[in-house]
Formats: sequence, structure tokens, C-alpha cells
Amino acid sequence: MAVGLTVVTLVALLVASVWTGRTVASLQASSAISIAITGHQWWWEVQYEDAVPSRRVLTANEIHIPTNRPVVLKVTSRDVIHSFWVPNLQGKRDLIPGYTTALWMQASRAGVFRGQCAEFCGMQHAHMAFDVVAESDEEFARWLDARRQPSGDPPDTVRRGRDVFMQARCAGCHTVRGSDAAGQTAPDLTHIASRSTLGAGSLPNTPDNLATWIRDSQRVKPGNQMPPNPLAAEDLEVLVSYLETLR
Amino acid sequence: MTRRVDLPNGDSLEETWADPKGLYGWFTHVDHKSIGRRYLVTAFAFFLLGGALAALMRLQLSRPDNTILGPDLYNQIFTTHGSTMMFLFAVPVMQGLGIYFVPLMVGARSIAFPRLVAFSYWMLLFGGTFLYVSFLLGAGPDVGWFSYPPLAESLYTPSKRADVWAQLITFTEVGSLAVAVSLITTTLKLRAPGMTLNRIPIFVWAQVVTSFMVLFAMPAVMLASTALILDRLVGTHFFDVEHAGDALLWQHMFWFFGHPEVYIIFIPGTGIVSTIITTFSQRRMFGYLAVVLSLVSTAFMGFGLWVHHMFATGLPQLGESFFTAASIIIAIPTGTQVFCWIATMWSGRLSVRIPMLWILGFFTIFIAGGLTGVMLAAVPLNTQVHDTFFVVAHFHYVLIGGAVFPLFAAFYYWYPKITGRVLSERLGTWVFGLFFVGFNLTFFPMHILGLHGMPRRVYTYPAAMGWGTLNLLASAGAAFMACAVVIFVLDAIRALAAEMAAAPNPWNAGTLEWATSSPPPNSNFPRLPTVAGREPIWENPPDQPVVVGLRADARDVLLTHVLDAEPDHRLLFPDPSIWPFLTAIAATVLFIWSIFTPWGVVYGAVPAFVTMVGWFWPKSPNEGGTPLWPLAHRTLPRPNEAPAAGGAI
Repeated sequence: MAVGLTVVTLVALLVASVWTGRTVASLQASSAISIAITGHQWWWEVQYEDAVPSRRVLTANEIHIPTNRPVVLKVTSRDVIHSFWVPNLQGKRDLIPGYTTALWMQASRAGVFRGQCAEFCGMQHAHMAFDVVAESDEEFARWLDARRQPSGDPPDTVRRGRDVFMQARCAGCHTVRGSDAAGQTAPDLTHIASRSTLGAGSLPNTPDNLATWIRDSQRVKPGNQMPPNPLAAEDLEVLVSYLETLR
Repeated sequence: MTRRVDLPNGDSLEETWADPKGLYGWFTHVDHKSIGRRYLVTAFAFFLLGGALAALMRLQLSRPDNTILGPDLYNQIFTTHGSTMMFLFAVPVMQGLGIYFVPLMVGARSIAFPRLVAFSYWMLLFGGTFLYVSFLLGAGPDVGWFSYPPLAESLYTPSKRADVWAQLITFTEVGSLAVAVSLITTTLKLRAPGMTLNRIPIFVWAQVVTSFMVLFAMPAVMLASTALILDRLVGTHFFDVEHAGDALLWQHMFWFFGHPEVYIIFIPGTGIVSTIITTFSQRRMFGYLAVVLSLVSTAFMGFGLWVHHMFATGLPQLGESFFTAASIIIAIPTGTQVFCWIATMWSGRLSVRIPMLWILGFFTIFIAGGLTGVMLAAVPLNTQVHDTFFVVAHFHYVLIGGAVFPLFAAFYYWYPKITGRVLSERLGTWVFGLFFVGFNLTFFPMHILGLHGMPRRVYTYPAAMGWGTLNLLASAGAAFMACAVVIFVLDAIRALAAEMAAAPNPWNAGTLEWATSSPPPNSNFPRLPTVAGREPIWENPPDQPVVVGLRADARDVLLTHVLDAEPDHRLLFPDPSIWPFLTAIAATVLFIWSIFTPWGVVYGAVPAFVTMVGWFWPKSPNEGGTPLWPLAHRTLPRPNEAPAAGGAI
């Protein structure tokens, strides 16, 4: 009797699980938006795909999506295994080097949803967060259009900041579209000033924190790939001013 | 039928089976009771070390943005904690119980392959020491107890830390394989006459089933860790994605071991539960056959669930559904056991002494862990709570509930048998109370933390997440558990200093380990028992015969048939020897050397070969005062011709 009850309960749970799993995994509507997410130690590369290469958008650690529309995510990793997880939107999916898998998610209301790496990926696994910003179609379209623009010529006041950026080691790893900086190994900084956090959720993005991060990010996030930059105070100041124009 | 054979002289029998004294002699012990005690003490010491590491983690996580431990140290600590608890505590402590009690429970003079068992102990000790020396030198493994490549590959972990982990696996798996072989052989061939398959104590069944699981599961992880070492040492590309290796291959091999590992830890725990419930209900186990079949079917199914550790990797839906079904179905045999235990207690005369308290604790905690286990089998739920503190809560409920609670029950239950002393009932109540409350305070909030999105293996978390309070609560609970363990250790030490007061059978139990003195003599049983029922002490008639005809002046052991335990033949068992110790030293040199250069394997094989030659060197018949039994006499006549046991006396 008791065993029978157990078996019936378990079978019911099994059916419910498989059925729910299918529903969650299958994409009902076709989606116009497809985002490639690549894990790095310890940040997220985010690329909005587009048939026209010049319309592709590259950013980091912040994903904007329109509300009430399914968004397809194609995930992989460049180094070790990470796991993409926005608890309020979707179950997690591992980012495995050598594999690209697809999943989808959908936000039913506007808001900022925090996500975090869920697979142990080394020293700074704890500081590998990102934000998903769900917004209306118009806001999203505006945001995406703005991301497509390269940075213009900086105003005269911060031109020296750009020189510091080029002369210090920044440009070796970072890209600022519209400038000569085309490094591929670190987050794209073309619109760094518009992002809400630094170091994949390690610090709020304020000018002071940016200066702290540039001078010695190892104190904020020990072990991360960015070396300390012992710049002169005034150089640091103009550099931050320049970066603050990259919106 | 009544050919009278003189009973062995008690004193000479004791001398025959005695291990040598003195410092040198200490390294030559082969008595399963001596090795078993060492196993239990060593594994418990590693439990204390692993627990101390856990306390450090709880200290670090007790408040947000804490900086007591940096990420580097924290990652070493959680890796070492997990590896310790799995490989140096849970598996060895269960095997230690098996080494000590399986021969006693089946009524044998010795464990099978005693030198191999001695060797396995040294491997455990050296492997564990190697891990902790590395840890103290700042080279503790920091890639998780699962050591996923590519993170564990030399590109991302250039130091020796991942090698330390991989060789720890080699050490402990060699040891546990050796014990598994010995326990299986002991149970199949050394049982007392009359102990047919359906009279084997459930604890012994659990140990045998576990040992078979070890035989099939451990090679998978040894293969995987060896491939990882090869990747790191000589540049093979098993898991190296850059060169067409496969990162997922590791996960399949690791979890093909890793999930059965859970049952390797838990099934001996159920054996303890069955034993203690039987004793304290003072009746035979309800549904013996169902319980044994549950153990066996759990062991089979345990090999078919590993993918539920990989639901987040993005496997095909159909495959995931299969593993969901398997993960849910395995609840059935465990549920069957739970019902049998309840029925036994229900229909018996239950007396709640300290061991029984821990068993009742086991019920509440393990069943809670089992329920979250069924939840984790469902893919949609799993991908949400996988790798969060919910899972941390789940497996601590299952493993501490399913293994540590029964273990403490076993410590209280068998402490009088092993040491001849009795633990304090009053302190025992405190230990249980503190541990039970502390455990739930520590781990229950973790369910909630996981549902709130706190991932595992993070060395800190931002204050804005609001996880601080529950983490503080969890850390406070850890302090309670620590107090409980400290009291237990102090009481155990106090008891050791007290006089021997334990009766041979203080709980009025029915299994054979209680049919001898506490602690048992060197020969286990001066008069080897035979068995007429499932609980021999309760069911044997007063005139039950004993085994006679074995020599007292040599380590003469009776072997019986696998199915019906009829006497088969006799065998001289090996004497104490230094060679297992020396072989373990040689193996240790080889294992550690090979971390640094592949030539370590080549040159290190030489001393290993030499020591093994010494180990297996044939003895001349006249060596050492214990001449070999003449070959012609080594095989007894078939039982129906002239019984050596059963019918005599």
C-alpha cells in the first residue's frame, strides 16, 4: 500500500517534470533577437547578432532585452567552463569551450535582473556577475542603435585622455571602436560609461571607482586578468575623463 | 560423525594470531581489528580536519564582502574540504567499519588478504598526509573536488595544485579498491558454517554491495584522473579543447564515478541503520529479503543517474528525461527500506538509547534530503537550483543524514565492542542534541539561500543581495556542530582512560560480533561459531556446534562455500609483514614523483617492483617456526564425507 502510493507519486512527478521540461525548453514564437554570449575568466562577452556585420553590437557584462519577446541565447566559452544564470528569468546553462548551445529566455516585465556565473571557474568565480536590463521595444531599439555607433572624436578637453589610453597598455587588450584601440582579449569599452558596473559586477560604475579599478583592479578583484596600472595622478584623471565620454 | 578433535589451546591460539609488539612491529600489523581501528581513527581525524576547513568557510561567509580569507585560500579550502570528506573520511570510515566488523559478523578469524588491507591503510594515510602537507605548503588543490577541465588543465592551473588532487584520487582509490576486494572475498568465502546467503547480516550485505560498487565506480575516476595527469604532464589532449579534446568527456567519466560514490557512502549507512534498529527493536529485521534486494537494486540503479549532475550542460531532452526517470525511480528501493525500518520498530519493543537517537535523527534528516533529491531529479527545477546553496543543503542532508548520523550511532553502538569501554549516556544526549540542532541551523537556511539565487563556491557575496542574515545563521549553527564533535572526542578519550567495563553483549544484539569478548581476542573467536539463524545469538540453539579441527599454532582459516557456507577447505593465512608498509612507501614515492616528471613513473617503478617481490616471496616450509600445513592436508574432505565443522562435538 505505502509502496504503491510512493510509486504512483513518483510516476506523477516524473510526468510533470518531463512535461514541464519540454514546455520550458521549446521556443513557441520565432525570435528576432539572437545574442551570442561568450564566457571569459571572469566576464561576459555579449554580441547581438545581425545578418549585416556592421550592425552587430559587441558589449560586455550587460544584456539589454525587450520585454515580452523571447530572446535566443547562443552560449559558449573561450576558456574554462562557466554557467549562464539569471535566476529570475531562466534556469542555468553551462558555457563549455568547444560547444555552442542555445537556450531562450523572456522577461514579462521591465526591470534589471541580476545574473551570475554558476559554475566554478577559478579564482574570481564569485565576481562574475552581469545585469539583464529588460525594457520596452522602443527603449531597447534606441539602446541597440546607440551601441552601433562608434565613438566619435573625443572633445579637446579629454583628447589627452585618449592618448594616455593608447600609450598605456589599455589598447593592447581593449577595443574602442572609432579609435585605434582594437585589443581582443578584454571587454569592449566603446560604451563603457553607459554600463552600470565595473569588473563584471564588482563595483558600481562611478568615475572614482573607475579610477580605482584602473590603478589596481587586483585589490578589488584579486587574480583578474587586468594588470595594475601605476599611472601618474593627472594621467589617471584625464584617462577617466576620456572613458566617461564613451557613452 | 563425532570424530573428536582436540580444541585448540586458548593461549597458543592467541599467540598465533597476535600482531608483533614494539615500534617495528607496529608497522607490520595485519590483524583486521588493528587495521580497522587505524582506519576509523585516521578517517575520523580527517573528518575533524575537513570540519575545521568547513568552519573556516562558514567564518568567511558569515557576512557579506568578508575579507578574512582571500579567494585563493577559500578555493583551496573548499576543494580540500570536499576532497577530504569524500575520499579521506566518508569512504574510508565506512570501509574501516567493514574491515573491523565484517570478519567478526561472519564469524571469521581474519579478513581475506590481510596484508592487502594493511597496504590499503598506508595508502590512505600517505595520500591524506600528502594532501594536507601540500595544503600547508600553499599547494592545496583549488579546482573543486570535481576538478573540471579545462580549469584543471595546465593552461589555467599551471601550478601543481590540480596534480595534487589527481594523485590524491590515485592514492585513495587504490586503497579503497584493495579493501573492496578483501571485503567481498571475506563475505563470500570466510563465513561461518551455516551462514547461508539469506543469513548474512544486513550490515555485511551493505558492505558487499558497496564493495562491488567500488569495483565498478572507482576505475572510472582513476581513469579520468590519470588522463588529466597525462594531459598536464606529457601533453596528451584528452580534455584539451584547443586540440580537439573534449571538456564534457571528463564530466561523464567523473560523474559515472561521482554519483555511485554517493551510494558508496550511503549504503553502508543503511547497513548500520538496519543493524541498530534490529538490536533496539529486539526483533528480526522486517522484510529482510526486501531490504537486501533494495540494496542491490540501489547499487545497480546508482550507475544510471550520473547525468543529473549535468542537466545544465545542454544535453538533448530525451536523454535528460531518461536520467530524470532513473533519478526518481531510485527513491523506490530507499523508500522500501524506510518502510521496513518503520515496520521493524513498530512491531518490536523499541528502546531509545543513544545509538537509536542518532538513527531517529537519521530518519528526519535523511528523508528531508531525499525529498529535495527527488526535486533535483526534475530538469526544470534542477537547472534553477543546480550549483546553488540549495544543492549544498541537499547533499549535506543526504550525506550527513545518511552517513554521519548512522556513523555516530555506530560509534556509540560499537564503541564498547572495539574498546571494551562505555561512552557516557548523559554526554551522548548532549552531543546528539547539539549536533542535531546545529546541523539544521547550518543547512536548512541554505535551501532558502539557494532558492534566492546564491551560487555555490563563491568566496564572498555582495551585501545588496540580502543573503547576510541566513548565512550568519548557518555559521552560528556550525558552531553548535563543532561543540558537539568536541564533546564527543573528549568523551571518547575519557572513556579510553577508564577501566574496561563493557560486557560482551551490552545491547543484547543478535549478530556474531557480540558473541565474543569486548574487545575481541586476537583470534576473534576462541571457539569459531557456526550459525543456525539470521541472528545467531538470538536463534542458535544452546547446543549449537562450534568449528573444530583448525590448527592453533598456525593462522589456519576455514573457507566455506559461497552459497550455503558449507566448509570447503582450509588455508594458512599470512603472518604479519613489513612489506605492505614498504610497498606503500614505494608507491607513494612513485605517485608523488610522477607529479613532477614522467620519469618518476619509470624510476619509481623499480622500488615498487622490489617491495612487491619481497611481499610475494614464497616461504620455505620450515621458515619462521610456523611450518606450512603439508599440502595434502590443506584441503579438507568434502563436508558430507567427514565434517570439520558443524557436526563435530
